[in-house]
Amino acid sequence: MPRFKLRFWFCLVLLLTWPDSVAFAAELASIQDTYMSLPSYDTFIRVFLLKDYNTRVVMFGTMALGLAAGVTGTMMLLRKRALMGDALSHATLPGIGLAFIFMIQFGGTGKYLPGLLLGAGLSGAIGLACIMTIRRWTRLKEDAALGIVLSVFFGLGIAILGIIQKMQTGHASGLQSFIYGKTAAMLASDAQMIALVAIITVVICGLLFKELKLLCFDQLYARSQGWPILRLDAIIMALVIVVTVIGLQAVGLILMIALLVIPPAAARFWTDGLFPMTLIAAGIGAASGFTGAALSALLPRLPAGAIIVVVASVIFALSLFFGTARGIVHRLIDHMLLSRKIAQQNLLRALYERSEKTGLQPQLGISTTSSTTSTSFKRLLATRSWSPQHLRRIIRRAVNKQLVRPNRHHYYSLTGRGLANARRVVRNHRLWELYLIHHADIAPSHVDRGADELEHIIGPSMVDELLGLLAIKHPELAMPPSPHATTRAGKPHTPPGISKHT
Amino acid sequence: MNWSTLDTWIVITGILSSMSCALIGNFLVLRKMSMMGDAISHAILPGLAVAFLVSGSRGSVTMFVGAAIAGLLTALFTQWIHKFGKVEESAAMGVTFTALFAIGLILIVRGADKVDLDPGCVLFGAIELVPLDMITLLQLSLPRAVWILGSVLLINLLFTLLLYKELRLTCFDPALATTLGINAHVMHYVTMTLVAITTVASFESVGSILVIAMLIVPASCAHLLTNRYGVMLAVSMIVAAASAVLGHISAITVPTWFGFADTNTAGMMAVISGLIFTGAMLFASHQGILSKVFHRFQLSLRIACEDILGKLYRMEETTSIQPTQQYAVVMPAGKWMHRLAHANLVRAGKVLYENNTYHLTDHGRWQAKKLVRSHRLWETYVAKHFDLELDHLHESAERIEHFISQPMQQAMIEELHHVQTDPHGQKIPDEPSDHNYNSDIHEGDT
Repeated sequence: MPRFKLRFWFCLVLLLTWPDSVAFAAELASIQDTYMSLPSYDTFIRVFLLKDYNTRVVMFGTMALGLAAGVTGTMMLLRKRALMGDALSHATLPGIGLAFIFMIQFGGTGKYLPGLLLGAGLSGAIGLACIMTIRRWTRLKEDAALGIVLSVFFGLGIAILGIIQKMQTGHASGLQSFIYGKTAAMLASDAQMIALVAIITVVICGLLFKELKLLCFDQLYARSQGWPILRLDAIIMALVIVVTVIGLQAVGLILMIALLVIPPAAARFWTDGLFPMTLIAAGIGAASGFTGAALSALLPRLPAGAIIVVVASVIFALSLFFGTARGIVHRLIDHMLLSRKIAQQNLLRALYERSEKTGLQPQLGISTTSSTTSTSFKRLLATRSWSPQHLRRIIRRAVNKQLVRPNRHHYYSLTGRGLANARRVVRNHRLWELYLIHHADIAPSHVDRGADELEHIIGPSMVDELLGLLAIKHPELAMPPSPHATTRAGKPHTPPGISKHT
Repeated sequence: MNWSTLDTWIVITGILSSMSCALIGNFLVLRKMSMMGDAISHAILPGLAVAFLVSGSRGSVTMFVGAAIAGLLTALFTQWIHKFGKVEESAAMGVTFTALFAIGLILIVRGADKVDLDPGCVLFGAIELVPLDMITLLQLSLPRAVWILGSVLLINLLFTLLLYKELRLTCFDPALATTLGINAHVMHYVTMTLVAITTVASFESVGSILVIAMLIVPASCAHLLTNRYGVMLAVSMIVAAASAVLGHISAITVPTWFGFADTNTAGMMAVISGLIFTGAMLFASHQGILSKVFHRFQLSLRIACEDILGKLYRMEETTSIQPTQQYAVVMPAGKWMHRLAHANLVRAGKVLYENNTYHLTDHGRWQAKKLVRSHRLWETYVAKHFDLELDHLHESAERIEHFISQPMQQAMIEELHHVQTDPHGQKIPDEPSDHNYNSDIHEGDT
């Protein structure tokens, strides 16, 4: 535990200081020439009220792209193929280059967008087929298949671009934008195309929602129900290829991958349902597209694609810590509450068993006077491996909750409420021990550890079941005797006289 | 093709960088973390940018430090997001490296006036410019990239050789390595740091994409060709060197065949390594697709032959039907496979074709007996030990009859107290006496 804590704090400090050091470095560079002015109030208003035609187009386009990528990315993430988009988007490059050469050779301009996109889509599909072949026919795993297709296809693409650059007729400069993106120079026609793709994506995912859900969570079951797994998978892949190809031009290669991976991964921290997750992912994608485009319009010399990804990562980091379903803070709090509860129950059990040992039979029902033996702090400390500070903290909390009463100096006993709680824990513990001894055939000396862990989480229905199983052998089940006491003393142990169930 | 000293230096640089990448890539492939190479090679961008901005120079040392830190951070962040956020590892990787890459891109664009760092150079590399930057050290005048890459290759070789068995253990059984006192985590992060250093060294000359290709493809290729760790390391380095040489040659020559000028060497190196990989995937002796297809074909052919023999034997038993070509219709194997099996049987002298009818020869009958015997033994065995209806016995027996070896038949007949008939009331053929037919049977050969 301390190691975990140490690492956690180290991580936190690093996370907090990382942006500072980056900012520091950026400042160093900007001392002389790149003074970054804050935008004036007017620019601010102009951007956020979408007064500029260009800004309007870019913000609309990136928003639609973020939405489409969020929806498809969710499916990919749940199919455990988060990096498939990475490989596919790299695999589109040779198609783009070849389409360009092809169109030049047949007398076109070479920059006819639908032609380039068709080439991109085709070579993406070939890349996908290669991934499937490698996975199906060789011993290599998914990761190697992705890496091979990614790098070899991209290498081919670069070789083809190299040819194009030395061609007399072509002007390849436009093709570079498929790698880096040219968000700020987005045309209205581009934005419309992205919007169309986004609508198609959302409609297809909406229509096939049930089938895709089944595919994501239980592929084998879906197949046994007769769903065409392969075709459904192909639909998801086709959507990813289409969104990627469209997005390449807008934000560039790497940043397209980011839009496919980051929003769904962030959405996963907020919910456990597929439908809300898809919605949240689409929302995060759209929000980061919008904010990123706005920021890059406000501040000069910030590449929009990169800013969009940084915004998305900031949202991811916030979700990672504060997400309500799986966020780190949420889980830490849960964990802390659980360990407090366990520590408290351990204390109660220690006090109860102590008074059992001293022969004072704990009586229920008298809440005002002490009915259990007063136990010293020292003796409690010896019962478990807790440190003095820890035990003191546990006792203080229990006293505050009026479960434990401090008697003399450093002597403690159970209150009425504490006794009731303690009885429940001890009973759970012993029922489980008895169950292990009689039904799992485990030696009495070996059952304590397992029971020590389970006593805290056995619910009422489980208790009923255990009672039913053990009733015949132990009619006195209201509070069964400790099996250890029986074996140690070598004679039957008389159970403490208990009159009623808790 | 005009070869000059320039080309020689380009090829040497390519060989050095691809060999150092391939060597370290083996550990990525074996530990199923190939995409980590992709992630790190993108994510070192902010490390480089910060190093440039802080030091204001392109000094190699600052570059290496920046890259190593960024690479290590990528590995750490991925691990943390995976562990604390319970995000799937590949998704965690995707988040980390794209975010870092974006930050790096912003830093470069912001400081672009001061730093001579072009994202295009990062992706494609500038291997063609390598020979222009010569450095004289110890009275040896070599290109700067050759000095750097040579020392990185040396470091990687030392790392691999010194930690030979530790690396092997952590690759194949991290849990065992941990119990033997080898810290798998430390090994992981050291490997990742080396990946980052190798990447940044190769960066300038060959570009990030070729780095990824050289990290993953040669090692994957070697993985298909051998089952031994040491051999795999060697093979991967040979493949890497070969793709560097062939890559440059084809970058100069191949485009000219189609009437274009020469092209980017780094890209062609990746393509050649991909071609070598494709070759290995198709033709490898055990793992290759062709050998798998061939073995599968052989098995189907054997099964088809044996099915025909069994069919003819059963027809002989009833003797009422003369086997003609008609019986082919009911065979489970495809028509094509069936014809092939027939031709095979006739050629091997197991089946005789006379007067439009088929007959078993002695040899054929001998083999058919063995087959029918194993079929009926299995049916009897299943009927005795499992509570199955009579009409459910045939199907499993039809499949398994081809794989019951002679000792297994012996064990079954003893278990069944030398029963004479199967549950359908048909006679179980006796063990045929040992002829010298043994040469071409594949009993128990799966």
